[in-house]
Amino acid sequence: MSAILETRGLTKAFGAVVAANDLSVSVAPDTVVGLIGGNGAGKTTFLNLVTGYQKPTAGTVTFEGRDITGLAPRRITRLGICRSFQIPQVFDTLTAYENLLVGLGIVSLGRRAFVGSALGDQAPEAVAEEMLQRFRLGEWRDAPASALPEGVRKLLDIAMALAVKPRILLLDEPTSGVSADEKFALMDLVLGAIRADKVTVLFVEHDMDIVRRYTERILAFYDGRIIADGMPDRVLADAEVRRYVTGEPVPGGA
Amino acid sequence: MSAGAPPRLWPRLGLALLVTLAVVPFLPKWAAFLVTLALAKGLVALGLLLLMRTGLVSFGQGLYYGIGAYAAGMGASALELGDAVPLVLLGATAAGLVALLLGLLLARYRTIFFAMLSLAFSMIFYGLLVKTSALGSTDGFNVAARSTFGLPTTSPVGRFGVYGLGALVVFVGAASLDRYLRSHLGRLAPAIRDNELRVEYMGASVRNVVHLHLVLAAVLAGAGGALTALAVGHVDPETTYWTTSGEFVFVAILSGTGSVAAPFVGALLLELLRSFAYEHAPNTWQLVVGASMLAVILFLPEGLWSVFRRRRRAA
Ligand SMILES: Nc1ncnc2c1ncn2[C@@H]1O[C@H](COP(=O)(O)OP(=O)(O)OP(=O)(O)O)[C@@H](O)[C@H]1O
Ligand SMILES: [Mg+2]
Repeated sequence: MSAILETRGLTKAFGAVVAANDLSVSVAPDTVVGLIGGNGAGKTTFLNLVTGYQKPTAGTVTFEGRDITGLAPRRITRLGICRSFQIPQVFDTLTAYENLLVGLGIVSLGRRAFVGSALGDQAPEAVAEEMLQRFRLGEWRDAPASALPEGVRKLLDIAMALAVKPRILLLDEPTSGVSADEKFALMDLVLGAIRADKVTVLFVEHDMDIVRRYTERILAFYDGRIIADGMPDRVLADAEVRRYVTGEPVPGGA
Repeated sequence: MSAGAPPRLWPRLGLALLVTLAVVPFLPKWAAFLVTLALAKGLVALGLLLLMRTGLVSFGQGLYYGIGAYAAGMGASALELGDAVPLVLLGATAAGLVALLLGLLLARYRTIFFAMLSLAFSMIFYGLLVKTSALGSTDGFNVAARSTFGLPTTSPVGRFGVYGLGALVVFVGAASLDRYLRSHLGRLAPAIRDNELRVEYMGASVRNVVHLHLVLAAVLAGAGGALTALAVGHVDPETTYWTTSGEFVFVAILSGTGSVAAPFVGALLLELLRSFAYEHAPNTWQLVVGASMLAVILFLPEGLWSVFRRRRRAA
């Protein structure tokens, strides 16, 4: 089975800090992968490098056999790699509905530039309404994003990433800022919405119960390196992972 | 902002156009002139509204205003175009083309850097005009159209040609921009102002959208400059001076960005204020204008237009 996403020797240095250190990862299509690691371990940096927000100091990123190293985020989005953010990146003065419409509008303007879209043959307005319902954002439809509770902003941020029909969805701490009893519901909602389409999902998570429940593979980060990679049970039992990642309670992250 | 799309504005703008045209024959000459100037300068402020909605403030719109004015003037003298309509089109096109070129650089900048770079370009153009004796240096030169839509300026109707043309250009400009702002592309303006990174992550090029908006704002400013040149009958480098650019920013902030009609209300108020203050307080009129600006910023931070909106909400 050929990889959908592959990195080779991916390295990013910020001065003396090496946030990504020689990362070589190969992800098979149609899998759900969990990224774990303490604060500052390099998880977000990995997503930034894959989506083109930061240029690697060394190494390559390959998507569906194509070298995408150094491409701008908008080009990578058009190819079908989408992401949500650790701190929700929404349009504060626009309503929830308008936030969704921005992305769907972009897709409808440039249909040919995108490999796939959530539009099908529908109008962006109709799809935006439908997504509001699907993600249970209906009651927030006309509220400016700045007025939404953190958990709702998080959900909106994720829904926005799905204007493009992604091949890979990268989620940066989707459940942080969401109350404990709502975390599973949120993951069910998000994964339920996309897994039918065989979308590959990589998500960063600090809650090991969530990771155990939803992933079939875990990458454990520590100090810019991947210290364990494999089946969830094996990785979570790994001595180094217990010592550096899960051994002590991990704070919620910035 | 609430449920449903806000009502389309063009029927009301169309009504305003008809009213403006209908009152022409009854207006004294000075009043028709004052309204024409307000329409022309309102067009420049309308372009600023688009930029401000995109999160940008330009302190150099005088550049495009001046280019529009000089292009119309040179079209009349050098190209011997006699009719006002092609002259306004020429002014708008020339300004748009210059913005297309300068936008390659300007679209990379934001905030104060964008504002200052726009100012710098307008000052360079001012410097060039002052040094160009073929264009009359600091004195500029006279401009006259022989007709508007083929109606000679000497005929009873043609006398108000530039006034009517100004009203028509404003109608087309404001209605088109209103429509644009409701489109998928136009919606990117507030999105870019709020969060450029996210717009890029949605697959769009922020720089291209900003570049487009620079050109659209310049086209409006160029049309405004051409109309002013035809109304005044004269162009000079003052049109591109930084105080002129500052006045456009003044009008845009005074008016607010709530509606495409706002800049014209603001521009008309400023022209009225100026002409009355000139007459009654010739030495302190800047003081009057400054004080009114202060009052607007303190009491109506979203501009004069918010008065209309508040009243409608209360109703
Ligand atoms: N733009 C930057 N400039 C300088 N240093 C950075 C930058 N971005 C990240 N770093 C550093 O790189 C390291 C990895 O950061 P990263 O954000 O990838 O961690 P993380 O695993 O996502 O942590 P968290 O769980 O807190 O989100 C940290 O030491 C961080 O301080
Ligand atoms: Mg992080």
